[in-house]
Amino acid sequence: MESRRKLLIVIAALLAVLIVTPFANSYVIVLVTHALIFAILAMSLDILLGFAGLPSLGQAAYLGMGAYLTAILATRFQFGLDWTFGLVVVLGILIGAATAALFGLFAVHAGGVYFLMITLALGMCVWGLAYRWNSLTGGDNGIVLPTRPEFGIQLADDVTYFFVVFGFFVAALALLTVLVRSPFGRSLVGIRENEPRMRILGYHTWLHKYLAFIIAGGFGGLAGVLWAHAHGLVSPEDVVLATSVDALLMVVLGGPGTLVGGAVGAGIVVFLREYLSTLVPWWQYVLGGVYVLTILYLPGGLMSVPERIRGWRARWENGVRVKFPRHTS
Amino acid sequence: MDAQFWLIQAFNGISYGALLFLLASGLSLIFGVMRIVNLAHGSFFLLGGYVALTVIWTTGSWLLAIPVAALTVAVVGLLMERIFLRPLGFDPLRQVLLTVGFAYLFQQAALDIWGGDNLDITPPDILKGSIVIEGLHLPVYRIFMIGMAGTIGLALWVTMEKTRIGAMIRATVDDAQMARGVGIDTSRVSMFIFALGAFLAALGGVIGGAFLGVYPGLDFAILPIAFAVVIIGGMGSLTGAAVGSLIVGLADNFGKALFPEVSYFTLYAPMVLILALKPTGLFGRE
Repeated sequence: MESRRKLLIVIAALLAVLIVTPFANSYVIVLVTHALIFAILAMSLDILLGFAGLPSLGQAAYLGMGAYLTAILATRFQFGLDWTFGLVVVLGILIGAATAALFGLFAVHAGGVYFLMITLALGMCVWGLAYRWNSLTGGDNGIVLPTRPEFGIQLADDVTYFFVVFGFFVAALALLTVLVRSPFGRSLVGIRENEPRMRILGYHTWLHKYLAFIIAGGFGGLAGVLWAHAHGLVSPEDVVLATSVDALLMVVLGGPGTLVGGAVGAGIVVFLREYLSTLVPWWQYVLGGVYVLTILYLPGGLMSVPERIRGWRARWENGVRVKFPRHTS
Repeated sequence: MDAQFWLIQAFNGISYGALLFLLASGLSLIFGVMRIVNLAHGSFFLLGGYVALTVIWTTGSWLLAIPVAALTVAVVGLLMERIFLRPLGFDPLRQVLLTVGFAYLFQQAALDIWGGDNLDITPPDILKGSIVIEGLHLPVYRIFMIGMAGTIGLALWVTMEKTRIGAMIRATVDDAQMARGVGIDTSRVSMFIFALGAFLAALGGVIGGAFLGVYPGLDFAILPIAFAVVIIGGMGSLTGAAVGSLIVGLADNFGKALFPEVSYFTLYAPMVLILALKPTGLFGRE
């Protein structure tokens, strides 16, 4: 029953976004589109962080690969501006996955802090190429994309593009939900909780983590393709360390291991970065404050709030003061 | 591409490495002792430069600016460690995100206080100009940077190898649990190291201010390079930080001069390889 109720809440929230957004003003539509794209990136990272227990500091690299691929194909070869957009999506996913397959060889065997460092270094490799390989990536200026694809429907229209991104987001959410509930997904949780035990049980834990890494890279690539057309400009700014770190915050803020939490976190971070920054000059205090407060006071993320409230209520009703164990992981 | 080119590039690389040593030695010690990936380290560097500018504007003394800036930022680091990082306990992910949060807060504070312009720290006249050796023009300031890093490095080495606190630090790097077992107050050691790291980074910021400038965004521009040094050299090792700084300083200079298109790649790809093959770095201890 419990999981059914959660499913209904998620569907209701999705329908609300789908129905309300097209009637909002044009800026909000763009904002929601961006949030949905970053939600895909955050969910891809959640597979690693929330389920496999691998905190990657380089998830922006896969977004960058997808985005640069889209931009280069569009400007050099005019490819992907009609029905071939579908092919670009497939290629974007593949290049994200392929990059992850290469990077994973270096990263996956490392644990804890070393995994953080090595993914940071891998992310910086991609940034270095994007920043310096002028002839391919346009260097610091990046690549400006021509118009969005057009194949019967005009993606140049922001509302149409929102619908397309929304479709990809729902598909990603559904696929990833199926994935984490599959035996494979359960094995990732097992590895997160106790890797030596999983190994003793006969699981090839490295391979499972490696596959999760590749899958996360694929979804990162998808987010990159969508981002390239949403933003209209692909630049090294998209692959800087801050993007990877923000993706981590989205997951931690929403609640690791919940998928939907990453999407909620993405909404909040995109709102802070893109909307609040136009309103007030001191928006970075809010962003930094959200980081610090989330880490200090909300280790389970926003998705753990209902559970906590229920915990408080239960304590009140019972009238006993049970000291709750502090979240430590 | 004659001998002169190679000599000048090598000199530039070594002097840049000297600056990196100031920044990265603290980062390396912090990582070695506390296992914290401190993403606010670039902010300490930048804040050092900014505080120094304020001191120079009010007193006109560059010499006074160096200790004041370094000590101010050391206090900031000390408070950050005591109030926020210590209560978290050991949790790499949360520690990283907390330091990022602080990096953003420092960035905004710097913008509010010092504005968004590119500023420059002007060194005293005696350090301007250059000396000519065998037809090579060597800027005095770069020689000063090398001397400064050498002095600091020597002082750190003596502290680490010859004093009681140094022995405590080394013990904590090797095995924190065991160190606690024999009665070393590792919490105090961590506090000292974090403050020392901030101190060194800020010192680097003042010295580097005349060389790189002081501007918003410098913090995140310099941070990954510091990580490259720490990873290549090995975390928690002074020798490693020194060798790593030289390697990265030279690789960066020659990379930019010889293969500009992939120059950052040539910096970070070795970092990945070293991490994959020997996660403890060239000089790190198991």
